[in-house]
Amino acid sequence: MSNEAVLHAHSGAHDGHEDHSHEHHHQSFISKYVFSQDHKMIAKQFLITGMVWAVLGGFMSVLFRLQLGYPDSSFPWLETILGKWAKGGHITPEAYYALVTTHGTVLVFFVLTAGLSGTFANFLIPLQIGARDMASPFMNMLSYWFFFAASIVMLSSIFVETGPFSGGWTAYPPLSALGDASPGSKSGMDLWIVSMALFVVSSLLGGLNYIATVLNMRTKGMSMTRLPLTIWALFFTAVLGVLSFPVLLSGFILLIFDRNFGTSFYLSDIFINGVGALPNEGGSAILFQHLFWFLGHPEVYIILLPAMGMVSEILSVNSRKPIFGYMAMIGSLFAIAILAFLVWAHHMFVTGLNPLLGSVFVLLTLLIAVPSAIKVFNWLTTLWRGNIRFTPGMLFAIGFVSLFISGGLTGIWLGNSALDIHLHDTYFVVAHFHIVMGVASMFGMFAGIYHWFPKMYGRFLNNTLAYVHFWVTIAGAYMIFWPMHYEGLAGMPRRYYDYSIWESFKQFQDLNQFISLVAMIVFAVQFLFLFNFFYSIFRGRKVTTQNPWDANTLEWTTPINPGHGNWPGEIPEVHRWPYDYGKDGVDFIPQTTPVGADESVEH
Amino acid sequence: MTIYLTIAVIILIFVVIFQISKASEYVSTLKGDEVSRKQNNKINGFLMVVFLVLGLVGVWYCNHVLFDRTLLAHDSASVEGARVDSMLWVTLAVTGIVFLATQIVLFWFAFKYQEKENRKVFYFPHSNALEVLWTVVPAITLTVLVVIGLRNWFLFTGAPPQNAMQVEVTGKQFGWIFRYPGKDGAFGKKYYKNIDPASNTIGLIWDDQLTHDDVVTEQTMYIVKGKPVKLIIGSRDVIHDVGLSHFRLKMDAVPGIPTTLWFTPKYTTAEMKEITGNPNFVYEISCDQMCGNGHYSMKGIIEVVSQEDYDLWMAKQKPYYLSAFPDKDPENAKPAPAVAVKSTSNAEIEKPVKL
Repeated sequence: MSNEAVLHAHSGAHDGHEDHSHEHHHQSFISKYVFSQDHKMIAKQFLITGMVWAVLGGFMSVLFRLQLGYPDSSFPWLETILGKWAKGGHITPEAYYALVTTHGTVLVFFVLTAGLSGTFANFLIPLQIGARDMASPFMNMLSYWFFFAASIVMLSSIFVETGPFSGGWTAYPPLSALGDASPGSKSGMDLWIVSMALFVVSSLLGGLNYIATVLNMRTKGMSMTRLPLTIWALFFTAVLGVLSFPVLLSGFILLIFDRNFGTSFYLSDIFINGVGALPNEGGSAILFQHLFWFLGHPEVYIILLPAMGMVSEILSVNSRKPIFGYMAMIGSLFAIAILAFLVWAHHMFVTGLNPLLGSVFVLLTLLIAVPSAIKVFNWLTTLWRGNIRFTPGMLFAIGFVSLFISGGLTGIWLGNSALDIHLHDTYFVVAHFHIVMGVASMFGMFAGIYHWFPKMYGRFLNNTLAYVHFWVTIAGAYMIFWPMHYEGLAGMPRRYYDYSIWESFKQFQDLNQFISLVAMIVFAVQFLFLFNFFYSIFRGRKVTTQNPWDANTLEWTTPINPGHGNWPGEIPEVHRWPYDYGKDGVDFIPQTTPVGADESVEH
Repeated sequence: MTIYLTIAVIILIFVVIFQISKASEYVSTLKGDEVSRKQNNKINGFLMVVFLVLGLVGVWYCNHVLFDRTLLAHDSASVEGARVDSMLWVTLAVTGIVFLATQIVLFWFAFKYQEKENRKVFYFPHSNALEVLWTVVPAITLTVLVVIGLRNWFLFTGAPPQNAMQVEVTGKQFGWIFRYPGKDGAFGKKYYKNIDPASNTIGLIWDDQLTHDDVVTEQTMYIVKGKPVKLIIGSRDVIHDVGLSHFRLKMDAVPGIPTTLWFTPKYTTAEMKEITGNPNFVYEISCDQMCGNGHYSMKGIIEVVSQEDYDLWMAKQKPYYLSAFPDKDPENAKPAPAVAVKSTSNAEIEKPVKL
């Protein structure tokens, strides 16, 4: 379907000339802000829903960090907000595990998948490839509303009598299958699965749309090798999601059968205290882990790749230099996308998996370090001999690179099974994945928000607030997660409610208190960002030029506040790659500028 | 009350920060956006170096304060764990060098190449030589790490030495059950439907003669210094994990699928008390796989003792069979009554028992 056909499918036949403008649409409040089919509005919906979840998920971590940092103190206000889950001002173990589980699920799926790639794939794909909208705006709208439904179901699970699911975000059976083994695995788990199933639907609708749009709707001259790296990253992200989420859904469906219909896919030889021996025999609890991690590992890259793409773009724009090794960047994204499917069992080295199989996964896992190293060195070389502008977006992009290095290197430890057999499920792992996937991707997301906010709302965010936000957050992130490596090197296990009875792990009480304190400060500082965001939507300094960052990509050729359809006239034609910064002494040459006769021919 | 006060103070601080930020925006508009942008640029460029320096000091300080609390401060308590440690040091050296080099370069470049009035940027879109260099060097380094890792991995997961003793470990919510094969050196068969929390915690099949001398204990496991021990690990309910941090190893306990793990303890518990300088030292088994609300309290103890002490201890243990059927115990004078064995159907016995 052509760009014009998409746009005009519901607004009558125009032929897309200057006289066409979106005032013709007569949008009601509902069709503009609620059931919108404009990719930019859907992006904002994903972003703001993601932010709501980030606040909730972050607050959950503050609550359970209170328990870890101050296990002996009582906080009466906790009982006020949590009721029976915090009797006497102490978070109960049930509540602790529910908080940890919901925090993980929400941050991984709702914030860093929907909130990150949902926002930026929707916002940037049409704008940067030169399209009026997505291939199917209607499917795009459905994608958001399935996500919204998933959110509501997940939220409702917090309020059921037996509590939300509390068996960890990975939901390993038999714990997740047996309500008698854990109260959270009763109706809370049913709601959790329903919510996740809706989320998978949302993700597939979105992903198929992104792929179709990138492949079919690029403007004239926009060959695949002229795409900005953001689009390449979002494209591979969508491919990963489309190929792996169905496997997760299949795993969940088998789990639903085991939970409700007496099958034994995952259950065998189980005796539950107070209930007795269960009839199930012959199932394999490990099967679920294979199905789960077949999504679960690509999921890590679904979270990380969009951040990598945006960081590549932002680093290049603000260094006033081309991204170094454009083709190598695409190649390494591709390599990561392929390898992402071949490493899932490194989460399962200690499940008793066949050692030979394990060794293959060691090899493939450590192979991922090669494309990752290429990316890091290319980013560093992009900065080299540039002329760097520290916009807030740029600061977060540099922060991303720093965190990606720090967290990525510990992956070399954990990917080697003979070390993992010692460090598995300790705080070393918590430190590793929070830095490399959690905080780094959050930094990518912040970079994207600060960089594209002027395009989203036609106003700037306040810079001073942004600088405070950045420096406190990066310092805080390191202070929270760096010492956790040491807890891991002491063998301290994850997901413990209280360490005081353990001779081997109780020496970290003061450290846990420090970490909790920093976590609370960092959480509080995010409100500066939130306030900045919502205040600036209405009151921020107005953008007065079309291209405030002097960037080359197509989104900056649209009007300051683009309407539905993005370009009032014809979509511009593309003549070059997006990274001609500093070429022949010219600061920047937008993609729409034809190649001059006297231009040097490099690239 | 304090909570409201805290919130009020936080809000106040935020209002102040916000007012300053708003004011600075007005000022920058007055001064001209370009001028203030360049000022901000200088400040942030400077902060890049400050962050680098403070960060490196922080890394040193963190290590200074915390290193002694980690396991690395003392020798590994198992022969195999020493290999984990040495591999860990090699990996630390490699990743540590890369970490320092890249972080220093990152923040230094950010500082050095901050915007300057008449700097000409270097148009440098790619260089095959450089890209090949940083593809090949990491690949070679990683190959070395993989080779070291896999050699250890196959040792850890391979067959234990011939003289290894065997202990069966069963996880349950929330504790550990241990079984020793007894004098015959062989474990009798078990079937989970025979489990009776009072008299048969792991479901031994009493019709199998081999079960009659098996010794079953809870919470504390005894093993021998210098003698390899092979753990046969299973679970009664959900997935648990036998976490042996002092021995640098762990293995999941999966219901229905037995797993194994072997190692050679190097120091007795008493010796470890001296090595660590902690009179309360014990070898703890931590459950390292989320197993329910009591997960954090699922503790087991390992006593590593000399062979003599072990033999003394073992001599005091009664076969589990006798505690299930006290009347068969020769110490109980009463003659045994007619077979009161709990009925176990033949079908169940013939079922292939997973051991």
